[in-house]
Amino acid sequence: MVTDGQAKSTGLFSALSRQKERIFVPLLLFAGWEAFSRSGYLPPSLLPAPSQVLWTWADWLFTIDESTQNNSGHWWIDALASATRVLGGYAIAAVCGISIGIAIGWWRWIERTIEPTIQLLRPIPPVSWIPLAIIWFGIANRPAIFLVFLGTFFPVLMNSIHGVKMTDRNLIRVAEMMGASERQLLWLVILPAALPSIFAGLRIGVGSAWMLTVTAEMVAVKSGLGYVLWDSYYFLRYDMVIAAMVSIGILGFVTDLCVKRLMSVMLRWQTASTLQGRGP
Amino acid sequence: MANGLDTAGTGTLSAWIKVSGVRKLFRDGGRGVDVLAIDNVSLAVGQGELLCLLGPSGCGKSTLLNMIAGFEFPTEGTIAVNGELVTAPSADRGMVFQQPTLMPWLPVWENVAFRLRLKNVRKKQRRIEAQRYIDIVQLTGFENHFPSQLSGGMAQRVGIARVLLLSPRVILMDEPFSSLDAQTKLEMQEELVSIWQRFTATIVFVTHSVEEALILGTNIAVMTRRPGRIRELIKVDIPYPRDSTSPPFNDLKRHILSLIREESRLARDIANDTSEV
Repeated sequence: MVTDGQAKSTGLFSALSRQKERIFVPLLLFAGWEAFSRSGYLPPSLLPAPSQVLWTWADWLFTIDESTQNNSGHWWIDALASATRVLGGYAIAAVCGISIGIAIGWWRWIERTIEPTIQLLRPIPPVSWIPLAIIWFGIANRPAIFLVFLGTFFPVLMNSIHGVKMTDRNLIRVAEMMGASERQLLWLVILPAALPSIFAGLRIGVGSAWMLTVTAEMVAVKSGLGYVLWDSYYFLRYDMVIAAMVSIGILGFVTDLCVKRLMSVMLRWQTASTLQGRGP
Repeated sequence: MANGLDTAGTGTLSAWIKVSGVRKLFRDGGRGVDVLAIDNVSLAVGQGELLCLLGPSGCGKSTLLNMIAGFEFPTEGTIAVNGELVTAPSADRGMVFQQPTLMPWLPVWENVAFRLRLKNVRKKQRRIEAQRYIDIVQLTGFENHFPSQLSGGMAQRVGIARVLLLSPRVILMDEPFSSLDAQTKLEMQEELVSIWQRFTATIVFVTHSVEEALILGTNIAVMTRRPGRIRELIKVDIPYPRDSTSPPFNDLKRHILSLIREESRLARDIANDTSEV
């Protein structure tokens, strides 16, 4: 436990000392961008300065001067709408992907029956489902959730299958020797053994979940960050477009952080070994 | 100690594990041919005996052990433990694997008490029960460590504690100390002998080391190269703890080594004959 604490504190310290270098490049980019926008080389509406974007974003967030008109102060509602779709599709995909993946990995007859079909559907880009999604689900939350589901389901599924198949055969023998029922075997051995692989799939899923939510909102939904982004484009509000882009980036990053957190809690036994490995 | 020896002595009268005429064919999928791994092995292990299956790698000794455990099945012949035919794995026949094979996501005590988890025993009770066996294998203080935080020897101790908790009729051990350093190996061998005496257990121990077989076994079954057969069954009448430098120890060692040398010469001759044809 002592090594545990030490590793953490040195990690934090070096992170702080690295901070200076990290901030340098973004700062330089911002300064260059600001200077270029103000130089008048391009009309300011085509490439708004970062200060302008920040100002617009602040109004979108907190209603400062209503420069964003209808959107003023609406950021929270837009973000919540997008996040709900991401969460909905993601949760459904996670549950389906993990359970079907484990079933395919464990029972040969299920693998033979449904794996070929899944492999045929997998290469179809989720975006190409948009027309059908609109016909089936109309213009609302559901086509977006459907798209997010498609984007997350396959990576989670493939990684779950892989995780089950990679389980040490002797670990299964240990459980059988101790009289585990098949249900216990799946729940207490196969699932935890496959968990690292499953989480790898879940993290790939986060990226495509946000990507597909925004895509769906640009085409098939009349709310959310993606909708605001596309709408602002029509109104030539490129400051708003950039503010929306940055918002999506940040939310995606935060979502990934949450999954990473969950992972480090649930795979505590793995982190324990890394700390041990780095220690003396 | 004397008690343990007594049990070992009288136990030989009844055959506790009976391997009769076992042959095992493996399908070599890559080449599409059948490989004979074990050819006509018959063996009787008495209650309380510590039998060492000694043979070169690839002679089928692990396969034989897996068949006693019920993980694999003979192509021909039967295996029975206490009169019951082996048809599936069971807690009656506890296996300690070559690799520790612990659940990496469970702390030491939950690995030891996994059997009780499967029987839905309450956590508090599991913890108490696990402690008994953790103390026996001298891992006190490491109850909450994860397997990745243990050394090889400690992990193997967990594997042994886990099997002791099953209170099995037979303990099967598949080269459990082969990946440990020399010093840890000696320690573990001594401890195994004392555990075996304390529990008056029946143990089948697979090894490729003549020395190890002589330190541990009440009996040693020397196996031939593939296809594995029993070349000779040797009774070791040296009291424990065994001194690996004593004359009787060395006499037996010389005898077994000459058997092994003869076997490999035979194998070479056969190889030469077939290549000439």
